Amino acid sequence: MKRVPTSVAIAGTVAVALIATALLAPWVAPADPTDIASYNLIDSELPPSFVVGGEARYFLGTDNQGRDLLSAILYGARVSILIGGGAVALAALLGVTLGLVAGYFGGWLDAAIMRVGDVILSLPTILLALLVSGLARALIPDAASASWAPFILIGAIAIHEWVQYARTVRAATMVEVQREYVRAAKVIGLPPLRILGRHILPNVMSSVLVIATINLAGAILTEATLSFLGVGMPPTYPSLGTLIRIGNEFVFSGIWWIAFFPALTLVIGVLAVNIVGDWLRDRFNPKLRSLA
Amino acid sequence: MTVAALAIRGLRVEYPLEDGRVVAAVDGLDLEIAQGEIHALVGESGAGKTTVGNALMGLLDAPGRVAAGSVAIAGRDVDFRTGRAAGIVQGRDVGAIFQDPMTSLNPLFTVESQIGETLRFHLGLDRTAARARTLELLRAVGIPEPERRLKAYPHQLSGGQRQRIVIAAALSCDPKLLVADEPTTALDVSVQAQILDLVRGLVRARGLGVLLVTHNMGVVAEIADRVTVMRGGKVVESGKVADVLTRPTHAYVQGLVAAVPRIDTRLARFATIGDETAGAQAARSDLRKRYMRPRAEKLPDAILEVANLTVEYGTGGLLGLGRKSSFRAVDDVSFAVKRGEIFGIVGESGSGKTTVANAVAGLVRAAAGTIRFAGQAIGDRRPRALRGAMQMVFQDPYASLNSRMRIDNALAEPMLFHGIAADRSDADARIAMLIEAVGLAPDAKHRYPFAFSGGQRQRLSIARALAAEPQLVVCDEPTSSLDVSVQAQILNLLKDLRDATGLTLLFISHDLAVVRQMCDRVAVMQGGRIVEMADCDRLFADPQHAYTKRLLSLVPNVARIGNRLEPTGAAP
Repeated sequence: MKRVPTSVAIAGTVAVALIATALLAPWVAPADPTDIASYNLIDSELPPSFVVGGEARYFLGTDNQGRDLLSAILYGARVSILIGGGAVALAALLGVTLGLVAGYFGGWLDAAIMRVGDVILSLPTILLALLVSGLARALIPDAASASWAPFILIGAIAIHEWVQYARTVRAATMVEVQREYVRAAKVIGLPPLRILGRHILPNVMSSVLVIATINLAGAILTEATLSFLGVGMPPTYPSLGTLIRIGNEFVFSGIWWIAFFPALTLVIGVLAVNIVGDWLRDRFNPKLRSLA
Repeated sequence: MTVAALAIRGLRVEYPLEDGRVVAAVDGLDLEIAQGEIHALVGESGAGKTTVGNALMGLLDAPGRVAAGSVAIAGRDVDFRTGRAAGIVQGRDVGAIFQDPMTSLNPLFTVESQIGETLRFHLGLDRTAARARTLELLRAVGIPEPERRLKAYPHQLSGGQRQRIVIAAALSCDPKLLVADEPTTALDVSVQAQILDLVRGLVRARGLGVLLVTHNMGVVAEIADRVTVMRGGKVVESGKVADVLTRPTHAYVQGLVAAVPRIDTRLARFATIGDETAGAQAARSDLRKRYMRPRAEKLPDAILEVANLTVEYGTGGLLGLGRKSSFRAVDDVSFAVKRGEIFGIVGESGSGKTTVANAVAGLVRAAAGTIRFAGQAIGDRRPRALRGAMQMVFQDPYASLNSRMRIDNALAEPMLFHGIAADRSDADARIAMLIEAVGLAPDAKHRYPFAFSGGQRQRLSIARALAAEPQLVVCDEPTSSLDVSVQAQILNLLKDLRDATGLTLLFISHDLAVVRQMCDRVAVMQGGRIVEMADCDRLFADPQHAYTKRLLSLVPNVARIGNRLEPTGAAP
């Protein structure tokens, strides 16, 4: 085992700490920003406690509705991570399945899957996500739209991201299929699904895990962007992006903290995950090359 | 007195480990090569022979370093701190030939620029002078129509021609020493013979010293003057080839020489170094009992009949739908294999022998012809029972086991799938028996493939093939990537298993000596066709077809040491 560089160790610690606190938000946050009864408009737009005029109750101040900003950020990060993680999981599931099938069977099935992927990659992520969420909103009644929002976002992001997984897994599968242990499995007479699941999948997973880590940061950013543009999470269940959008309206009136702290959290989190992801990719890269 | 082309004194190459310890890959090597002499460095994997070659060329992998000793090339000492000798430049005074001519040429450079680059860099020749010298070199290494080949890219040349180009590049600056690391291992026997001839001729003509790193005792016997046998980084025995190979004094060298498959006589078993575990014999007799159960149906004598088999490979268009161009790998091949025999198919690369194996195993589709197994015609979709009855052992022991699967799971899979074992506990008992029957310790089943050596993995692959209780096992070059002593063990094992179970083997190999030792009957393939098929002893004693005769005469042979000095070189 090689030594982990200091920067990666720090980034890893930060990422784990951030994700853990965010996921445990209901238990560690001072207040529940989704509970309307718990906050009061009188407390709105209070600066952080360490700034003149701040109150000790609100460490990072309050937003325009009087919600504790620290709690809102923790809950918001939780929403962002769950949506980002969900999108990555869905994209990986879809991409790995299609990649395995395309790489193993080849022929017209492979051609069809990969050409659909090419078309999807020719559209920018945000544009496609806007299109999907717009369509979904038109189809789902307004009353239900708030509860559907996270799932729409997950779908809108995953529809673009699966192609990366499919391409990587397809290439790795095509290499593995030629290897002798797969040919031995064929000679034993195992059906294709079993060969794919038990023999090939475990051998292509390492590359999938690397892409997933790097993609997690991207998916969180995409979600934040969509929420910032107003097609993401509603203000009642704010994600980091929603908080930044709300804060953005107040920046020029001197109320900088509503946008600043969620944005800082987002930057630190994405940076940390990216550093870990890049390190993972470099570590696994020689292995990927030796497969090719 | 002439200066030695290479003089190595007390060379020690170390690789530091992460925990601070040090591994000596080469330890206390003394070696001297006179001008015009070929000195072979032989040993099995891990012996340190390649490390010596790399150290000479300044190509040691990063943490490795020369810890002690001195090396002098043409009388001048090499300074290992700079990787250079005073006045000696790698690439100019030391030429190198590597194993794979495919990868040792840059695919984007033409022949002229591959060789010309060295000439212009080291000798400062201009373009026209470099071209003239390149042409001269190409003629020296026997490239036909050298003017036309100047503009050729490596992929337009055959393997043998590529290796000639590599040799021409290595000779381009008139080196004093040539380091050849397994120069013919990737080549067919007929090409190997030409390259060996070429090297021998060049050495005599130019007074080169050659350090020949190889694992092939036959090559050593054919071409080398002196030989040094290494094991675990140390020299075991060193001397004239005729002495070392015919009258080895050290027990390891005796075993190594005995393990080399001979082409002239057939032995019942190979003498092996370090044989199998004690329980192997007992486990094989258990296996025998399982196979000897009376079978319900009367089985026909011919277990496998292949008639007019033709296999074509095609390449598809952009969408996998476009027009296809095809290449006929196997052309109208017919043969029959009797129950319980070992049937060999030999041929050079591209002869279609592996394709025949794949078609029989159902891995490639036949374009035409029929394959009958135990009297029953089998097509592309095979019934489950039939799939288990035919199993395969592959060439590369490192790729043929799934690295993410524990051994017991890998062996249980075919048993459970084919209903040979009723449940997992039944399977476990059989797994224990199989692992012992292939000569491994029973605790092997709890490990993953990375914990095993190449030979052990090949034993496990054989165990997996036997797990489905097959009647026919197709062995595709099962020992080609193994050391000679391990090869001897695996071949013994296959014979023992055949004797114990009455199994039929279809044995594919490029190595005529191995086929000679293993097979009852042999088919020789060339260009997708069978050119000759006969009983093994008859084929080797009295080959009928011209191609077979030529192949047999070209195999490097330990027994031919005495004859090779005669200029004609024809086999008796």
